[in-house]
Amino acid sequence: MNYERILIRYGEISTKGRNRYKFVDTLKSNIKSALNEYPEIKIESTRDRMFLLLNGAPAEDVCIKLEKIFGIQSFSPTVRTGLDIEEIKDAALSLLKKLFSEGQTFKVSARRSDKTFPYDTNEINHEVGGHLLRNIEGLKVDVKKPDINLIVEVRKEGVFLSSEVIKGNGGMPVGSSGKAMLMLSGGIDSPVAGYLTMKRGVEIEAVHFHSPPFTSERAKQKVLDLSQKLAAFSGRVKVHIVPFTDIQQAIHQQVPENYTMTSTRRMMLRLSDDIRERGNGLAIVTGESLGQVASQTLESMLAINDVTNTPILRPLISMDKLEIIDIAKQIDTHEISNLPYEDCCTIFTPSSPKTKPKKEKVQFYESFVDFEPLIAEALEKTETIIIDASSEIMEKTEISDLF
Amino acid sequence: MIYFDNSATTKPYEEVLDSFVKVSSDFYGNPSSLHGFGAKADQLLQHARKQTAEIMGVHPSEIYFTSGGTEGNNLAIKGAVIQHASRGRHIITSQIEHPSVIEACEELEKQGFSVDYLPVKSDGSIDIEDVKKAVRNDTILVSIMHVNNEVGSIQPIEEIGQWLSKNSQALFHVDYVQGCGKIPLSLQDGFIDLCTISGHKIHGLKGTGVLYINSGVKITPLFSGGKQESKMRSGTENTAGMVAFAKALRMTEEKRKTSISHLWDLRNYLYNEILQIKGTVMNTPQNGAAPHIINFSIPGIKGEVLVHALEQEDIYVSTTSACSSRQKKTSRTLTSMGIPMEQADGSIRVSLSYGNTISEAERFANELKKIAEQLSKVIRRSK
Repeated sequence: MNYERILIRYGEISTKGRNRYKFVDTLKSNIKSALNEYPEIKIESTRDRMFLLLNGAPAEDVCIKLEKIFGIQSFSPTVRTGLDIEEIKDAALSLLKKLFSEGQTFKVSARRSDKTFPYDTNEINHEVGGHLLRNIEGLKVDVKKPDINLIVEVRKEGVFLSSEVIKGNGGMPVGSSGKAMLMLSGGIDSPVAGYLTMKRGVEIEAVHFHSPPFTSERAKQKVLDLSQKLAAFSGRVKVHIVPFTDIQQAIHQQVPENYTMTSTRRMMLRLSDDIRERGNGLAIVTGESLGQVASQTLESMLAINDVTNTPILRPLISMDKLEIIDIAKQIDTHEISNLPYEDCCTIFTPSSPKTKPKKEKVQFYESFVDFEPLIAEALEKTETIIIDASSEIMEKTEISDLF
Repeated sequence: MIYFDNSATTKPYEEVLDSFVKVSSDFYGNPSSLHGFGAKADQLLQHARKQTAEIMGVHPSEIYFTSGGTEGNNLAIKGAVIQHASRGRHIITSQIEHPSVIEACEELEKQGFSVDYLPVKSDGSIDIEDVKKAVRNDTILVSIMHVNNEVGSIQPIEEIGQWLSKNSQALFHVDYVQGCGKIPLSLQDGFIDLCTISGHKIHGLKGTGVLYINSGVKITPLFSGGKQESKMRSGTENTAGMVAFAKALRMTEEKRKTSISHLWDLRNYLYNEILQIKGTVMNTPQNGAAPHIINFSIPGIKGEVLVHALEQEDIYVSTTSACSSRQKKTSRTLTSMGIPMEQADGSIRVSLSYGNTISEAERFANELKKIAEQLSKVIRRSK
């Protein structure tokens, strides 16, 4: 017997009031895009749970994808039968036969929300358990710590049998708390910052600064690969690639060396803010963690933050590097981040950047160049790529037929 | 032409050749070069790795591209025992392995390692009890093939792996060259540490292959050089070959899912037809064998003679395996199965692919019957 549906239990959404349906809808569409390679799957949502009707899609693969999506408390691959005790017994037997291996114990946990069903929970446990014991040799009951816990849920719309409850990723459905721009460098920190922000339901669009020939196509590819890892949690991610070479060169011609880093960050923030505004975002997310490098002192943040009053979210602010690395490994971005290509944060790093820059000074240095037209041009030439969880980040037309 | 020698090598898919040519001519950059043209090649390489990993159900970092089965087997076996020689010097393999395994082991014996070559039962399969008996405290490697290349017998790989994982520190290597694309093998369920696949047996190109190395396993590389393939296999990557490999693997796996019953139909038809020829003995067991190999003997007729007689009808089959058929040596696999010398010398291997048709099988059966009859007459007269 194959699983025919997956039952999904909501996380924090279930505690929400009037906006609940909006949350459920967001979750539904996130699940839909994460599973877009299985168009046969139909999603039914109710007030307090969701069903994926698999229609032949492989349950195991689908489960792996569901584990990542925010807003899911837990889920269970399920077999459905009609409200008939014989049918339940048959389905339970074939399900258990599939899961059972020599020497394992089991129990049946019946739940009955449909009180019109003629058997109560004890009777269901007894009927189904007895049937299984009679038909599977070597099967033993253990009500305290069974290897297999067969859940039989009797509801008005049918009876649902499942044996495992898989823990979801928790959090809020991405998109339910609005949108923010993530400044994504290619390093270890920024993808983690993006992940943690998404966990609270914020949709992320990535902004990356590309400075050819100082940074390479590989650095850009790295950011696209990282974005795809993030897309696994929400369904899809938009990436803005901003050409930054001219601005970077202008800074280096004008601003004294120990202030170039501060000025560079200010320009990046200004650009990100413009992109945020165009895309109706509500905040900017960075991977800054206090004290890590020169730009990450409070003095430095004050000088950089001066260019905008948009909320800047810094989910890593209090974290140690090792804690960040742990999360990066867990979300599978660490390996990509470790690839050794020059990116916007490693190139043009002055030998002794100012750790306590003054915003008045940097404003003064910048005042000699009109950055506006450079910024306008960079925005105009910004390339936007949409990456979904399953799509390959390649120029499809050119090489996809090679594989 | 009827090509029934697919265990020796397969015809590359058209699509695979197209990819190879396109990558070779348009993306010939060195994946290790810094510039964008090299990056493009690197991107193709990583995509090939990812696709291969996905199909095999493992992580991309566990896929190492090699030049094929022989290199994969040598790297796995020598790399593992050199790395772990301080822990022990005992190796277990079987008597029916491919020469790239047996001879690698024989070489290691000369270097002071001791090797147990397990026998097989009459159906060509290893008795797991023999594995259990052979394992010692100083066993560092067990290397067992999945599907035998000469008779098609399938070894109880998952059982062996599960037992080893509980009872031994030894690494477990599987030569999966013949099974790939025909009989699924779960690397996880079998607790397999190292697994060899070859490209040209799955309609890819010669000179391509993959060694799976479990992420928790360390082995010593055999080549010194540019540290490609995470230092495990130095040498400029064969980008086009790897892309072709990934494509061949995908297409073959798709064929397996949709057409495995077709292969069984062909096999069962041939098996029954061949049995009808007077005096024929099957060396491939009726059950427990892969769907693409049938090994049989017509006593009194030398295998080589049959191969050439069929060749005149534009039908191509083998005696034993291609690798050893040029040596006038009785098949070690067949003798290990307890098959008498004369019968083993007369053995013929028919090996199929998804592309073969039932009408080919019919023609083959007819021609074989005719040839067998003619040859037996000649032989009877000369006696």
